[in-house]
Amino acid sequence: MNPPNPAVARATVTVSAGAGYNFAYLDEGTKRMIRRAILKAIAIPGYQVPFAAREMPMPYGWGTGGVQVTAAILGAADVLKVIDQGADDTTNAVSIRRFFTATAGIATTTRTAEATVIQTRHRIPEAPLAEGQVLVYQVPIPEPLRFLEPRETETRQLHALAEYGLMHVKLYEDIARHGHIATTYAYPVEVAGRYVMDPSPTPKFDNPKMDDCPALQLFGAGREKRIYAIPPYTRVRSLDFEDHPFRVQRFDRPCALCGAEDVYLDEVVLDDAGGRMFVCSDTDHCETRLGETRLAETRLADGHTGEAA
Amino acid sequence: MEPLLSVAGLTKRYGGRLACDGIGFTLDPGEVLAVVGESGSGKSTLLSLIAGEVAADAGSVAYRMRDGATRDLDTLSLVERRALMRTDWGFVRQDATQGLRMAVSAGGNVGERLMGVGDRHYGRIRATALDWLARVEIAADRIDDPPTRFSGGMRQRLQIARNLVTAPRLVLMDEPTSGLDVSVQARLLDMIRGLVAELGLAVIIVTHDLAVARLLSHRVLVMRAGRVIETGLTDQVLDDPQAAYTQLLVSSVLAA
Repeated sequence: MNPPNPAVARATVTVSAGAGYNFAYLDEGTKRMIRRAILKAIAIPGYQVPFAAREMPMPYGWGTGGVQVTAAILGAADVLKVIDQGADDTTNAVSIRRFFTATAGIATTTRTAEATVIQTRHRIPEAPLAEGQVLVYQVPIPEPLRFLEPRETETRQLHALAEYGLMHVKLYEDIARHGHIATTYAYPVEVAGRYVMDPSPTPKFDNPKMDDCPALQLFGAGREKRIYAIPPYTRVRSLDFEDHPFRVQRFDRPCALCGAEDVYLDEVVLDDAGGRMFVCSDTDHCETRLGETRLAETRLADGHTGEAA
Repeated sequence: MEPLLSVAGLTKRYGGRLACDGIGFTLDPGEVLAVVGESGSGKSTLLSLIAGEVAADAGSVAYRMRDGATRDLDTLSLVERRALMRTDWGFVRQDATQGLRMAVSAGGNVGERLMGVGDRHYGRIRATALDWLARVEIAADRIDDPPTRFSGGMRQRLQIARNLVTAPRLVLMDEPTSGLDVSVQARLLDMIRGLVAELGLAVIIVTHDLAVARLLSHRVLVMRAGRVIETGLTDQVLDDPQAAYTQLLVSSVLAA
């Protein structure tokens, strides 16, 4: 009988220093319940799995679903990135990052490539995701048929029987009213040839990134108590008509800061005289590109030709 | 000829009250059957039982499918049943707000069944919708208006177009003309009569208005307190009613 080893004792009690919370805030029973829902969601791509969402220390609409999914999958070695509309520096993103720093003591980053878990509100990073990464979406309304069919019993039946004609009624209405499919965000997708899914209010610009993505994509809706998922390398098809095929929006100018083309741009109002600029919505992508440019300029000025100093 | 629809012994109780008591009849292709009776006689319940919206306590409904095989509707899977309702059957409701999507344009309402059976070509769907709107006398420039902006008569006509777009063989109609003023009623009835004859539809029309039965139907079923008390050819039943209640019903009609 040896005296208890203090190091082992510390390792088993996974409380972060001084916080008084279990690792990543949620108790282990809750995390296990959420993980079960996640496993089921992965097994049935695009299917909305009900789960017993907990009250979180933030209001509904601030990402309570995404935070619970993140809390359930985080390990001590994970590196977390949180974005809000593509930005790492907005209130929501900063708060959630600080929340997990405080309750899980994990490392955080703003670099897409360095992160193992990325929680996102309404964007998919511009930098391609890799195997082993997990993208966690915050979802306000998980049911793509909700505004067409108010009855939950009926929408469940429509999903069960794969009766998705109604979804096309919505797209029909768009074309009838605007001459083209005017839905620009929360654009419905068909996952793995079976379930029609709401990709959360991401711009439809990001829809093609979901298709055949090497990273695992998890969706958490806290208020609506639903979890759904797209496993890596899954076929994700945006719904459309034969004579009105799916198209993403294009911008007629590059990012005003980094000059990137083929990225999603935000409009920034500069003054009250109509001045505005269009910049990358993905702040990390923009900064990374700017950093590369600066580095290249510095090297050029210093006479380096590419070898590290 | 084998009947299109055979109903036998349909019974439904709501607690102790009998809504339908052992109702049976057959319906041939292209035949129009009127179910008449006063409020609460079980007419609408009968229609819901046939459509499978309410589960019957006893009895059966058999339907001759497009492939010629007669199937008991109870033995159909949910998928088959819903597909049948969406393509081969129609249901025109008394309250148009229940039969239409009020927030969706007229064109979308007509096109929904087409998209439901897998049509994914916008131009084709819209052309078919325009064609059907013309057939139910709705102006082409109203195709993008939602039914909330339509009058009562237009809503019923839109409902009919929405149901007939997949060329069904059987249409159930629950008091399609009630709540409309008489001139609108007359036009709607005229249109229904034209479409029924043109498309060879079999129709079960529930009505409390004997004039509607007289105008549209080949046969009449008179219901009272959940039972069929008299049945026969329309002219025969209305001109020479045998049951006391039918006599009362016929004599209650006000002549203008």
